[in-house]
Amino acid sequence: MELTNENVLGKLIAQFGEESIFDAYNPDGIMTFTTTRENIIALIQYLYDDKDLQVQFLTTMAGIHFPDHKGKELCMMYQLHSLRHNYRLRIKVFIPAEDPVLPTLTNIYAAANWMEREAYDFYGFIFTGHPNLIRILNIEEMEYHPMLKQYPLEDQTREDKIDTYFGR
Amino acid sequence: MATDNKTADTDQLQEFRDNRDLKLQDKKNENLTTLNLGPTHPATHGIFQNILQMDGEVIMDAVPTIGYIHRAFEKIAERRPFYQITPLTDRMNYCSSPINNMGYHMTVEKLLGIEIPKRAQYIRVIMMELARISDHLICNSILGVDSGAFTGFLYVMQEREHIYDIYEEVCGARLTTNMGRIGGMERDLSPKALHLIGEFLKRFPKVWAEFEKMLTRNRIFIDRTVGVGAITAERALSYGFTGPNLRATGVDYDVRVMNPYSSYDDFEFEIPIGAKGDTYDRYLVRNEEVWQSLKIIEQAYKNLPEGSYHADAPHYYLPPKQEVYTSMEALIYHFKIVMGEIDAPKGEVYHCVEGGNGELGFYLVSDGGRTPYRLHFRRPCFIYYQAYTEMIKGGQLADAILTLSSLNVIAGELDA
Repeated sequence: MELTNENVLGKLIAQFGEESIFDAYNPDGIMTFTTTRENIIALIQYLYDDKDLQVQFLTTMAGIHFPDHKGKELCMMYQLHSLRHNYRLRIKVFIPAEDPVLPTLTNIYAAANWMEREAYDFYGFIFTGHPNLIRILNIEEMEYHPMLKQYPLEDQTREDKIDTYFGR
Repeated sequence: MATDNKTADTDQLQEFRDNRDLKLQDKKNENLTTLNLGPTHPATHGIFQNILQMDGEVIMDAVPTIGYIHRAFEKIAERRPFYQITPLTDRMNYCSSPINNMGYHMTVEKLLGIEIPKRAQYIRVIMMELARISDHLICNSILGVDSGAFTGFLYVMQEREHIYDIYEEVCGARLTTNMGRIGGMERDLSPKALHLIGEFLKRFPKVWAEFEKMLTRNRIFIDRTVGVGAITAERALSYGFTGPNLRATGVDYDVRVMNPYSSYDDFEFEIPIGAKGDTYDRYLVRNEEVWQSLKIIEQAYKNLPEGSYHADAPHYYLPPKQEVYTSMEALIYHFKIVMGEIDAPKGEVYHCVEGGNGELGFYLVSDGGRTPYRLHFRRPCFIYYQAYTEMIKGGQLADAILTLSSLNVIAGELDA
């Protein structure tokens, strides 16, 4: 089977149904679609095991925060790569901010360990089943998840900063 | 939401601490020694901490702590206009900053849909391969230092200075280069830069051959590195290894060949692979990659096409200063670009380049504003460093240092 976006999408929809694989689009040549958190592990396992696809490399995981999307504020992006066929695809899962729980991917990819810790650290995703879900880049005592959009960066042009602290 | 997370957080934190203390107590009963390696140990060549559980000289367990130079680049990038993010990328893998710079530029160009002229692409290839040479040169010579051979390090370090001279001629800076612009290069290669590259191509092969001669068949070096810190291809893939470290295990994945960018498909070169994935194989793969990089630079240098060194993209590419003073349009564009008032189109792109350590990816989500909505860096070091514990377990302390050097973990890229 030639791996084109249409073929792969058709195959996945045939396997998981249209209610689980939806919102497919192609922003930059990499097929992107959305799935639900109930299906994500089964889907990635299927992509891993399938003889035609052999998507066996986890390129990266990235959280995104959309504070305006009510009920699906947090997005987790999984980008996978089939090294055998040089085929990449991107899977998104949207979840509400009040319930930021996702199943862990560490049983399939060892690389997911730190990626999930990073997502927890910066966005507050809780990965159930993760062996060691603690902060990774920030200090353990930190009480918030800094990449969320409600924590804006300081305005660089503000004038009420006390410069004497910094010797300026 | 914040409050909920806070309680969950503190509970989990307490649990983690209790567990950790328990584990340490268990280990004490077994007469193991706890050894704190780092964070500022000179042998780690960067700021990493590893708490090791030692049985005599043998490492039984390791707990790595990272984040000592975390600078929140992904957060800062969400507030900066696109052209101001390039200096942040310099500071990730500071041994090969031009690759980071150009990887980022290519990502933004992909978002904007800008076609880059051949000449600019070739100049980029030359600079990126020079950066790869300087990256591998540091890694391999430091590996020599850690196994007791200081001479080679000082000898090839001089060549890195020559590479930095070329950077300086091209962009004005040596280490954190901020090289190129979105849309091409900031200036054409000057006659002096071309001369320096030519000189480098003549002089460097002899130096590198001598360096190889010193280490490759050196009995002490072989004894110290063969079979040390080995990892199988399956584990390496599971851990998300890319770059020379993955190729040392025998997997021929190279972004330059798999997803050619910046005209890499115009050049003839080979992808060296190893067999056992140990420190010696990683050394050999990097050594050979230096030769292949030289081959690419030679081809690009000889066949450097005529033409413009930047794309015709006035909305994103700064006009020459002379025009800013004399032409109204140039002045307007200059002002808008410098003030960060250029809106990028809405979109989502991923672009990856073969960095010094592997697949360096940029995942950029734009909501049509003046800054990225989300910019995620896929940093190869961050992803493969988690395998370090597994690689050093059961080995000796001195071997752990060599393994760390041969993985070429760069603290800046690890922590971003």
